[in-house]
Amino acid sequence: MNQILDQFLNFQVMGAAFPTLMAGLLTTAEICVVVILLGLAGGLGVALGSLHSSRWVRWPSIVLVDFFRAIPPLVLLIFVYSGLPFAGIRLSPFAAVVIAFLLNNSAYYGEVYRAGILSIGKGQFEAARSTGLTRAQTMLYVVLPQAVRNVLPDLLSNTVEVVKLTSLASVVSLGELLYAADMARSVTYNASPVVMAAAVYLVILWPLVRLVSRFERRLSL
Amino acid sequence: MKRPMLEIAGLFKAFGENAILNGINLKVPTGELVFVIGPSGSGKSTMLRCCNRLEEPTSGAILIEGTDICGLGVDINAMRRKVGMVFQSFNLYPHLNVRSNVSLALRKVLKLPRAEADERSMAALDLVGLAQRADFFPSQISGGQQQRVAIARALALEPKVMLFDEPTSALDPELVGSVLAVMRDLKASGMTMLVVSHEMGFAREAADRVIFMDGGVIVEEGAPEAVFGAPKHERTQAFLSRVRG
Repeated sequence: MNQILDQFLNFQVMGAAFPTLMAGLLTTAEICVVVILLGLAGGLGVALGSLHSSRWVRWPSIVLVDFFRAIPPLVLLIFVYSGLPFAGIRLSPFAAVVIAFLLNNSAYYGEVYRAGILSIGKGQFEAARSTGLTRAQTMLYVVLPQAVRNVLPDLLSNTVEVVKLTSLASVVSLGELLYAADMARSVTYNASPVVMAAAVYLVILWPLVRLVSRFERRLSL
Repeated sequence: MKRPMLEIAGLFKAFGENAILNGINLKVPTGELVFVIGPSGSGKSTMLRCCNRLEEPTSGAILIEGTDICGLGVDINAMRRKVGMVFQSFNLYPHLNVRSNVSLALRKVLKLPRAEADERSMAALDLVGLAQRADFFPSQISGGQQQRVAIARALALEPKVMLFDEPTSALDPELVGSVLAVMRDLKASGMTMLVVSHEMGFAREAADRVIFMDGGVIVEEGAPEAVFGAPKHERTQAFLSRVRG
């Protein structure tokens, strides 16, 4: 028993690894901020594209969304980081992670927005257009505010996925939370830093997951 | 004869193979209320919706004050401001309060500053007797009140023509009167109106002309007493006897 505690809950090791993990957490936070903000914007773009009246916009948007939803994000990340250099495109680990996850997440956010926009009745578009609002104004002031409200739990739920996804960045040696923990594990030859990393993810994500459930309950009422 | 406010000329509309309107010709002089009746599927709503191009006509012209709104190079959003539309299902914006429902187009289309837009919205709401509900959300007021807000939303843009697409069909019977009262006031103020509805009593009292449509054409038209009292056409007679039960 003591041996297990010593291996997994060694507070001395945890204390020593703490600064490293916090630096890793900072990097995780940076990836999250960039990927979530750009993903929310990019997702809106592909959602509008996939609902566009012109098939020349609509079809490419749908193909892109399908493609990036079907490709495993880890495969995409390794391709961007380790594959593209063969084409002379050499990216920093951070840039590779942001690009790969952004492509993946824009597709997912895009599908969420799309469902939201489709949930708004045709009458809302018609009422807005009949008062002279342009297509873009109708989207911006009438449809999107309602659409986003309708899919808020799904947007939030997808955001939780983004945070979890960042742990894959450890594969390309980006010093985020999991990578930092794993480094600390190999240096100390003790699993406690990894346990601590898991605890950090849990502390951050558990309230978010709870929030998603609350939103869902409130919307279903 | 002076130029009609609204003129529909040779209007055809088909959805794919399915012809809905088969050549509609109609002139509505300024200040007239034209009342449109007909069985479901007769093309009444489609005709109305063509008048602000919520449906694109397959061919034909829709003229507002002599300008063809289907013409090339026509600013459709500017034309739509001249044509107010009221829908069967109200279509208020549920995320905005009553005042903002009315002021949205004033701010975004007419680009009025907020204070001025609010002032004009309140004036429009006052016309439909709902100024005191300005801060309520659509879900907090009755169906009749929602429809009156929808009328105010259209009126605030000072349209030349108002289109009503079965404005009272979704309302509980006891709420119909308040909406008709607003429409009556509007008629009295000189508004040009094209109304698709089943409120025959209202038509008798307020309409200048009644049009009976069937199969995508105007079958019969005339003064309300004539069309309701002594319909000439067989199909009109059959329709009216069905409606009256």
